[in-house]
Amino acid sequence: MTTTIERPTPSSTAQGDAVAQTRRRRRRPQGNGWAIWFLLPAGFFLFFSVIVPSIQGAVYAFTDWNGLTTDWEFVGFENFLRMTTDPFASTAVVNTLLLTAITLVGQNVIGILLALALNSQIKGRRFMRVIVFAPAVVTPLVIANLWRFILMPEGPLNSVLDAVGLGWAKQIWLGDPDLVIWSISFVILWQMSGVIMVIYIAGLQNVPDELLEAAALDGAGPVRRFFSVSLPALRPAIVVSTLICVIGGLKTFDQVWVMTRGGPGVSSQVMSTAIYQAAFLRGEFAYSTAIALVLTVICVIAAIIQQRVTRARKDG
Amino acid sequence: MKQYTWRTGVLQVVMIGVALFVLVPVYILVNTALKPSGDRTSPLLPPTSPEWGNFPAAWEQASLGSALVSSTFVTVGTIVLLIAIGSLAAYPLARITASWTPYVYYGFMLGLIVPSFLALVPLYATFRDLGLLAHPVGLIILYLGERGAFTIFLYTEFLRAVPKDYDEAAGIDGADRLKTFWHVILPLLRPVTGTVIILNAVFIWNDFYAPLLFLSGSGSQTLPVALFSFTGTYEVDWTLLFAALIIASLPMLIAFLVMQKAVFRGYATGLKG
Repeated sequence: MTTTIERPTPSSTAQGDAVAQTRRRRRRPQGNGWAIWFLLPAGFFLFFSVIVPSIQGAVYAFTDWNGLTTDWEFVGFENFLRMTTDPFASTAVVNTLLLTAITLVGQNVIGILLALALNSQIKGRRFMRVIVFAPAVVTPLVIANLWRFILMPEGPLNSVLDAVGLGWAKQIWLGDPDLVIWSISFVILWQMSGVIMVIYIAGLQNVPDELLEAAALDGAGPVRRFFSVSLPALRPAIVVSTLICVIGGLKTFDQVWVMTRGGPGVSSQVMSTAIYQAAFLRGEFAYSTAIALVLTVICVIAAIIQQRVTRARKDG
Repeated sequence: MKQYTWRTGVLQVVMIGVALFVLVPVYILVNTALKPSGDRTSPLLPPTSPEWGNFPAAWEQASLGSALVSSTFVTVGTIVLLIAIGSLAAYPLARITASWTPYVYYGFMLGLIVPSFLALVPLYATFRDLGLLAHPVGLIILYLGERGAFTIFLYTEFLRAVPKDYDEAAGIDGADRLKTFWHVILPLLRPVTGTVIILNAVFIWNDFYAPLLFLSGSGSQTLPVALFSFTGTYEVDWTLLFAALIIASLPMLIAFLVMQKAVFRGYATGLKG
């Protein structure tokens, strides 16, 4: 700022000089020093609540920290090696990936179908959009408790199956180790598919009506029209909802913790519940940060893949 | 193609089925909440005499009153501060084209990708040492970092699409940066602020993991934690639990029904990118 004052001004009376200089100083494109003050408040909270503790967590993953004392030692990859042999953690990794895959495919297929159906001329489509979306604004705690009741061995679902003569299809939905992840995924689909539907409905606004009509005149049926005309226009929506589903799936905690707490045994354990149990129920803080670090790496890899795919599509 | 054909008729029937698929569990929820405690009749049969007393009882036993206060305090407090710090940061990030801006921006965006699970365990220890555990302010500090990234993302992307002419005109008039921000940038950001509020409100109001860690057992539990402790305290009494679930759902559901259009727009535009 001082440099401005040293500069001579072209038009100057002795008195007007100071005024002209002030004006000139303001008019000049300023440096970028001001940016720091605007970035500081957000930057502080990002550092305090995200970056610093994440780095701490990444470091603790290689130690034997117990969360209470400050004397800890580096143990190298011991925590990670333990994860590979400990069914508690290894099942969690497998289940997290399985649940993410099921909900990713399920939410996108259901979301597209719902969007197509509710973008048509059927009556009451606005009302139905509200109905289908509404569960997504309610806390998962509510939905998970509701379905915990419906899926009980003697619960409404099994009794309905009995009543309509489908007794053979009855299952112990949340108690069968082979079934439990699928049941939990189903509850997530029931609650969250509406969000993906909304994204696809917005995406469908980009599908040109003239193209659809032209395709129809050329004799393309609805299925053909969808794959040749609508689907290419939906690409941006697919990219967005894929990222949302993957990140959301990897972070799933509420539904699992409410419905099964990772049980029976460890059969529905996911990484988030394993992190919680290791740290806060068993006091193995270092081990829990190791699991969290693996989860973080998986999330980052997923985001990088998503970025690559988006870019490849833009170029191609 | 835009008319009602027999195909549309078939679709109509299918979609009524889908709507019922969503509504029947809700019916079971309401129905069970209205039955007398320990009722053994089928959850699909309506109660012979609705037990409205379940609602005040659940309100009392699950201490939903104080949970509602906590949830409101945390949600409103966080969002007001998020709007402030997010819009402030977005201004230089969207307007300065220096070599360092993309790096700072990506730095903030890390907060979008990195799951909070890694940070929360060490942060728990830090908060314990600072005496911030069991205090809603600690939770607000956490959310300002965690949701700050998303808020900055929404504001920055929006502001980048707004021509620079507006704020440059103000700059020539001799307004300093803070005045330009207050009189030009902030009003420009008003349309996207609705999206910022809606998406952050749904997330924070419904979040369970962080308040479970930081507020469990304290007097300032948020609604999801209050519901969770209620399921844990007794052998599950479904009628009272379901009454509590309904009460806890109402604020968000009512807000959604009142502002449907804004919510749909928020989800459709805000989640892009």
